[in-house]
Amino acid sequence: MMNAPDPHVLLDEAARATPEPLARRVRGLSDRAIAWLFIAPTIVLLLAINIFPLIWTIYLSFTNYRANRPNAAVASVGIDNYISVLTDPDVWAAMQATAHFLFWTILLQTVLGFTLAYLIDRRFRGYGFWTTVILIPMMLSPAVVGNFWAFLYQPQIGLFNYVVSFFTGIPPSSFEMIGSVKLAPWAIIIVDTWMWTPYVMLICLAGLRSIPDYIYEAAEVDRASRWRQFWSITLPMALPFIMLAVLFRGIENFKMFDMVNLLTSGGPGSTTEVASITLKREAFEKWRTGYSSAFAIILFVTVFGLANIYVKALNRVKNR
Amino acid sequence: MTAISQAHSVVQPSPLSRWIAGAIVVAYAVITMVPLAWIFLTGFKSGPDSIAYPPKVLFKPSEEGYCNLFTTRSRQTPEYIAQLPAASGACDALARTTNMVVVGSSNYLPRFVNSLIIAFGSTALSVVLGVTAAYAFSRFKVPAKDDLLFFILSTRMMPPIAVAIPIYLMYRDVGLSDTRLGMILLYTAVNVSLAVWLLKGFIDEIPREYEEAALVDGYTRLQAFFKVVLPQATTGIVATAIFCLIFAWNEYAFAVLLTSGEAQTAPPFIPIIIGEGGQDWPAVAAGSTLFLLPILVFTVLLRKHLLRGITFGALRK
Repeated sequence: MMNAPDPHVLLDEAARATPEPLARRVRGLSDRAIAWLFIAPTIVLLLAINIFPLIWTIYLSFTNYRANRPNAAVASVGIDNYISVLTDPDVWAAMQATAHFLFWTILLQTVLGFTLAYLIDRRFRGYGFWTTVILIPMMLSPAVVGNFWAFLYQPQIGLFNYVVSFFTGIPPSSFEMIGSVKLAPWAIIIVDTWMWTPYVMLICLAGLRSIPDYIYEAAEVDRASRWRQFWSITLPMALPFIMLAVLFRGIENFKMFDMVNLLTSGGPGSTTEVASITLKREAFEKWRTGYSSAFAIILFVTVFGLANIYVKALNRVKNR
Repeated sequence: MTAISQAHSVVQPSPLSRWIAGAIVVAYAVITMVPLAWIFLTGFKSGPDSIAYPPKVLFKPSEEGYCNLFTTRSRQTPEYIAQLPAASGACDALARTTNMVVVGSSNYLPRFVNSLIIAFGSTALSVVLGVTAAYAFSRFKVPAKDDLLFFILSTRMMPPIAVAIPIYLMYRDVGLSDTRLGMILLYTAVNVSLAVWLLKGFIDEIPREYEEAALVDGYTRLQAFFKVVLPQATTGIVATAIFCLIFAWNEYAFAVLLTSGEAQTAPPFIPIIIGEGGQDWPAVAAGSTLFLLPILVFTVLLRKHLLRGITFGALRK
């Protein structure tokens, strides 16, 4: 009574019964395999060159290891390194120098950058070309350009001193931007502001352009003054963008090394010795590897912690 | 017609305010270019002109800076120079006017070549790793995707000096100290986070329908990736590559701590170009000019993607 099953129907049923992954494998690698194949190399590289060294740093921070004496016995010193970092007046002086540098660079760059963005957003003739010109400094090597600023800052022959004396009448040989304790912190702030104002400007510009015209049109209808429009529309709506720019500049300047190292290398004395310069001195000049590892971990935790708190605040502003 | 344009002009800035805004921005742009113009000019000055007071804007151009950049010279007595055969080239002839003799080529060219090899090598590697990882993050369900992406980004928050300590020890143990390969791997590790984030943004913008159509047509996933996604992502890949290239080209902290000879790049080398009695500023300026010029070109090429690049893809147009 039973009909002989049609071979085609059988094949069809067999195909449908085959589990999904097998069917996929027949047509090349499964999506899951490709996902891992594509992600793994990146993760492996980061583990090898970022995470493994980080773990090693954590380990070293609990020892008295010195990199210039690789064969000396390594002893565990517990949290002594952390205690000596946190009680070291030089470290606090470096943190103070970093805070001064951070505060003024961010303030100046935000004010200048936002003002420039606001003016560029007036869309005068040729604004595209001038925007590109303004952006150039931030793309250049901070080391090479920072080094050249040392020449501009030369007391007698430097262009900077000449220009200042031209406009103010102060003799160009009477002040040293790099050599004096009072002016050196400002010398690095000026160069950093020159380099990175365009960065803040570019992000602010995106913020200003994200404000739709109809909001201003509605404000016009309500006869809000330009001044009022600026404070209750332009600034609040651009604020998340300004805050993002501040975040990126903050992280970068907390790590500042190249420009300062070449311009003042922390001097005179230690007036411009920002955290990364102190770290370099401890790690690669005094060779206190254990101590500097502890300092590095403290710096990393500080950046990471501050950035996280800041991002939470940023999200609150964005969702408002 | 008139009514419409008037209605629109309510939010348009007035011609006067536009003019003022333009004047301020142009003034800022010009001031900001002065240091760069000064680098360019100083490269063509003679030693005395470069340190003249008041600073000279007009001067007789000299090859001295570029000659000093590429050569090493030694001071000789006039009698010794007089008995030498004729100068071998323009730079030698110029040197002899100041009682110097060119004795060889400087390290600038090898350092420049190192910069090129390391920048291009690490860029190629970062983009290959970046585009594959970005594709996987963009298209597939990856467990703990957000955590992985954040982990990739967070590797950038570490101060370079802090990373340099263990890298220095690690490279010393495995023999990667002062090698180009070591620097390529290191710069790749730094750049790959940028590459993944930027390229994920670019790939997210390519409609999935293209690949799905290809899959229906019998392509495998890999074929669809190579033949459909990659061509669509060309602009993004090029922009990302240029960003990686600029970072590796400009990098100084790792280079100065981890390389000293063999693999040293140009940024740590340019500041130590010295003449008799301190830095040879015309030569430093010449070296800086040659080093900065390619970036100037790239900036102009990249201007549409700059915003994206500097914010890790967080902001687009």
